[in-house]
Amino acid sequence: MNAIEVQHLTKTFGKTTALGDISFSVAQGEIFGTIGPDGAGKSTLIRSLATLALPDSGTIQMLGMDLLKDYKTIRTKIGYMPEIFSLYQDLTVEENLEFYASLFDISIADNYQIIEPVFRQLEPFRKRRAGKLSGGMKQKLALSCALIHNPQILLLDEPTRGVDPVSRKEFWNILGDIKKQGITIVFSTSYMDEVSICDKIGLFNKGKFLCIGAPAEIADEFADPIYLIKSAQLYKVLLKARQWEGTRQCYMFGDSIHIVFKDGSYSPEALKTFLAEFADAEVSAVEANIEDCFMNLLNSERHG
Amino acid sequence: MRRFLIFVKKETLQILRDYRTMLIIIIMPIVQIILFGYALSMEVNNIDVAIYAPVRSNSTDDVAAKLISNKYTTFKGYLDKSTDIDRLMKSGDIDIALIFSPDFNKSQVTQGLDNPTMQLVTDAVNPVISRLSTNYILQIISDDVATSSPVKITSKMLYNPQMLSSYTFVPGILGLIIMIICTLVTSISIVREKETGTMDLLLVSPSKPLMVIGAKMIPYFILSCVNLASVLILANTLLNVPIQGSIVVICFISFIYIILSLAFGVSISAISQNQVMAILISAVVLLIPVIMLSGLIFPIDNIPEILQWISVTVPARWYIDAMRKLMVEGLPLIACWKQVLILSGMTVFFIFVAVKQLNSKIKK
Repeated sequence: MNAIEVQHLTKTFGKTTALGDISFSVAQGEIFGTIGPDGAGKSTLIRSLATLALPDSGTIQMLGMDLLKDYKTIRTKIGYMPEIFSLYQDLTVEENLEFYASLFDISIADNYQIIEPVFRQLEPFRKRRAGKLSGGMKQKLALSCALIHNPQILLLDEPTRGVDPVSRKEFWNILGDIKKQGITIVFSTSYMDEVSICDKIGLFNKGKFLCIGAPAEIADEFADPIYLIKSAQLYKVLLKARQWEGTRQCYMFGDSIHIVFKDGSYSPEALKTFLAEFADAEVSAVEANIEDCFMNLLNSERHG
Repeated sequence: MRRFLIFVKKETLQILRDYRTMLIIIIMPIVQIILFGYALSMEVNNIDVAIYAPVRSNSTDDVAAKLISNKYTTFKGYLDKSTDIDRLMKSGDIDIALIFSPDFNKSQVTQGLDNPTMQLVTDAVNPVISRLSTNYILQIISDDVATSSPVKITSKMLYNPQMLSSYTFVPGILGLIIMIICTLVTSISIVREKETGTMDLLLVSPSKPLMVIGAKMIPYFILSCVNLASVLILANTLLNVPIQGSIVVICFISFIYIILSLAFGVSISAISQNQVMAILISAVVLLIPVIMLSGLIFPIDNIPEILQWISVTVPARWYIDAMRKLMVEGLPLIACWKQVLILSGMTVFFIFVAVKQLNSKIKK
């Protein structure tokens, strides 16, 4: 049985379509990442799963139960962590945790082993006010609060936004630990590099999944040749490369440029000749990653 | 039950840790009661009166003696010429001038011989004060000028023999303070949860809306009781307002009114998107109707009929009504059955609305 089964989910706010006929499923114990730019509708998707946004149409099944009918039972089995870390700033770490535990009629001790991997680092700050914690610590506390009632599904809305790279890395390790306890995790992010931890990802834009699958599968499906250009004058090279006849797509990628050829008939040597005016421009082959796939999918959607 | 207690504990901690706000909530009523009790008095003190009488007689001297002996009036002496009246009034030295005709004499009046006249000239820049002081002066001197009347009128001021305005203000202020503080603090506390996103987590938790609201109300209820006590004690000791009725009954009605105001605050929080809006609605939007339409300052019977109809919906009107009856007149609870019934009805209505709002949010 799938932990989450969504069929034809639609949600609009006035004239804006936040979710347009979405269908997907998440297996038990999987980590599912929804990746997409800001404003794509990721938060609405997570909120719908968290029983906070009522769908206009379509069905959501959580743990075999219908979301509209059994939302009360479902609520006891999901843990939700909103985009802004929902903590009481004027309460201490311990008081926050105690309060969230009490909402489910349990005590911290009852489920301590579940939050242990997360809470371990917060232990020394038990008596500190939540408002005085660092971003990374707030994130861990919010996660502890979402986990304290031992949910079967964990819904995280952009959990790593505004958190430093070290804390982010730690966070992914923690999620791995949580996954080992058999908890299904659904999260949203706008960072492409966060796919490595996911069993399954969905590239999300304008209220729709462009594609869903294991990260490796999605990358493998990328058929067009892709090359990397390095140069000291990146921007000028980018503008020039876009004018080349063999360019399907050309975009910045960190401190280099990724260029996708229209098909196999174009060679990197031809490109190099085209870019001859830039003496330091180097062209080399590269493996497509998720971001390339996303750019490609966005591009093909734009051009039909 | 344990869940409920922890919820109450959390709310209490939040209030206590924000001790500045708490201090304001506790001190504000004290300041207001002192301000209203002393500064905003409708009584007329220190009326400066002068007499212009071309011919001084026993009668005019009698009037002067009365003015001197009365503690609310100051006799500024006899004026030599009538033009002085205008001059002294302009310079602010006198508020009222009494002009007697040369032939003014009490005995003549009694015998009905002549037609003596007395004129009263008032500085009417402030109509309220001038009207009050005119009436007051007329009352003082009426014995001397109107003895001819076969009917002697004796008026007696019941319940408030000295006509102290603090008698009417204290119940009014209680109604105002409780309404504003209770609605303000509850609406802010809920809207803050909306802003920080914690409300979402409360909504997805299995806790019941009634419990959430109940737990939020309890600490603020206690805080409001502190306010109630401080206002009653101050009114009684500092302003000498008697508490004629039973204190138990006064508290009973106040409790209903506090719960009503708290529930009203919850309803306000439902339509407010942020704390600023909640403050605007509960402090600014509420303040004017409560002051204007509750009988706090202007008697309900004096306002236009359409506003009288609107005032029926102002809870403070009924509370202030009941409190005046209980505190000042010392009537038993049964005399306020209508007010109790209306306030209870409004309370149930607002709790219902508040719970409904939270419920509907869950399904939205």
